[in-house]
Amino acid sequence: MPGLEDLYREIILDHYRSPRNKGELESPPATRVEGFNPLCGDEIVVYVDVEDDTVKDIRIGGQGCSISQSSASMMSAAVKGKSLAEVKGLTKAFKAMMSIHEQSLDGEGEGLEESGESGIDPSEIADVPEEVKLGDLEALRGVVKFPVRIKCATLSWNTLAQGIDEATAG
Amino acid sequence: MSEAGTTGSARLDVARIRKDFPILSRDIRGTRLVYLDSANTSQKPQSVLDAMDHYYERSNANVHRGTYLIAQEATEAIEGARGIVRRFIGAPSDRNVVFTKNATEAMNLVVRAWGTKHLREGDAVVLTEMEHHANIVPWHQLAEAIGIELRWIPVTDEGHLDVGDLDRLLDGAKVLSFTAMSNVLGTVTPVAELVAKAHDAGAIAIVDASQHVPHITTDVQAWGADFVAFTGHKLLGPTGIGVLYGTEEILEATPPFLGGGEMILNVTKDGFTHTELPWKFEAGTPMIAEAVGLGAACEYLTGLGMDAVRQHEVELTAYTLRTLTERFGDDVTIHGPSEPAARGGVFSFAYKDIHPHDLTQVFDEHGVCVRAGHHCAKPLMRALGVNATARASLYVYNDTDDIDALADAMDAAGQFFSF
Ligand SMILES: Cc1ncc(COP(=O)(O)O)c(C=O)c1O
Repeated sequence: MPGLEDLYREIILDHYRSPRNKGELESPPATRVEGFNPLCGDEIVVYVDVEDDTVKDIRIGGQGCSISQSSASMMSAAVKGKSLAEVKGLTKAFKAMMSIHEQSLDGEGEGLEESGESGIDPSEIADVPEEVKLGDLEALRGVVKFPVRIKCATLSWNTLAQGIDEATAG
Repeated sequence: MSEAGTTGSARLDVARIRKDFPILSRDIRGTRLVYLDSANTSQKPQSVLDAMDHYYERSNANVHRGTYLIAQEATEAIEGARGIVRRFIGAPSDRNVVFTKNATEAMNLVVRAWGTKHLREGDAVVLTEMEHHANIVPWHQLAEAIGIELRWIPVTDEGHLDVGDLDRLLDGAKVLSFTAMSNVLGTVTPVAELVAKAHDAGAIAIVDASQHVPHITTDVQAWGADFVAFTGHKLLGPTGIGVLYGTEEILEATPPFLGGGEMILNVTKDGFTHTELPWKFEAGTPMIAEAVGLGAACEYLTGLGMDAVRQHEVELTAYTLRTLTERFGDDVTIHGPSEPAARGGVFSFAYKDIHPHDLTQVFDEHGVCVRAGHHCAKPLMRALGVNATARASLYVYNDTDDIDALADAMDAAGQFFSF
């Protein structure tokens, strides 16, 4: 039976209390994208400044629960200054972590099925580069045991991906 | 059984009622199940489960077409349920009671079938800021299709409808469609008054009674509404069944919604003629067992007495408001009317700075089921200036122990997130 401490790790609460890269960037030149979690009404705003195929700067706005806010905060710290290829690898690795079958986590019989609950398509997590290190983001691993919260954790990542797409489209 | 479910013994015996609901004896992580999410969906008494089982075990057959005994019993089962529902809401005839999948489908039927036929580009439809998406999105869809205009009755800080500007909003409008009880704030709206205003302005009146029918005696004729929609699963019945009530006049003026079997009189290669009310709106094999379950649910509530149900909820609402304010003072914000008699047992609240999602996650550890989110009422959330709330809601099986458990879980959440 997963407990609250599986979900709310100390690092998560720390990022929730003192979010990194909170604020806005002037857009343009930065790209501004909004993400919605239709389940709970949370709204997140990602400002991303892409230059020379690198995430030069990033800021996070909006409101959300501890999981979506801390995930966004950790993400911003993890992707800042990284090349777009590295960000893509991180995103894949993060999503792969968010779609692991619960049974393989704690060996209990009562796991969640590999259902559509996470909203992650298998193609999004194919071929995760081996060298990717998730670092602090590992703390969010426990979220998989709380299926409805997976979308909280992935909201900022999906929004960032959209932002990068828009920034590189034209 | 009395008309409109007004039989009244004095008080609810909640301890006895709880024994009728098998799920309430389930323990959750070693504590009792504290179910405070009935505005979302209600639990089901044994009598409803038994009625549905009994139907499948004894009389399962398709309806309105078999000549054999069990087919006749199945037909009687669904039509009997229709009669029970008709009496429960005070409708004049079974012809006025259409079974749908849920309240959402009932609203879509009205908007698609009646709206498409009777509304034109530029026609105004008046809604309120406290509507459920079921009474918003179908209108948006119609607006996209034919270009109707939507107007909105605002909500006051106390969570009431602000009718100050109503005459202007209704001026020239074709429809007023509104909730009888807010699923977020619990606000009970002045239905008969609003219906009369709509009619005076030459508009039809549509009432979303999804939160009203389960909790307060409902008399659709006293309301005078043209259409009334509600859903079965919030009133102790099963999922998969809802009801659309309509006056004879308006149902006759509404073309069929879905086409297929059951709803026809004749079909040729050139066309079809539809059958009479209410089956004209019930295409295909209907939800027979679900109708039977809904009938049993209405009978269960009638047995309790809807006046007693309401009295219980007003008392427990007063206890909830008192307990939360006494125990948490300024740390808790409860949206909606402060006067228990003006509201149903639905409490949207904020506690400290804890996000509703985090709050209800901690509640779950304590077996307390409370919903977090926008409750399918995003325009209202925006008017309240929040993205989400935690929402606790009451029904016949809740007692003061449940409210105390909620308050204890709030304490636990406060400690967990104290920083
Ligand atoms: C006021 C109101 N209207 C409509 C609905 C829709 O009910 P259903 O989802 O059963 O169609 C609900 C419940 O979610 C509600 O609270």
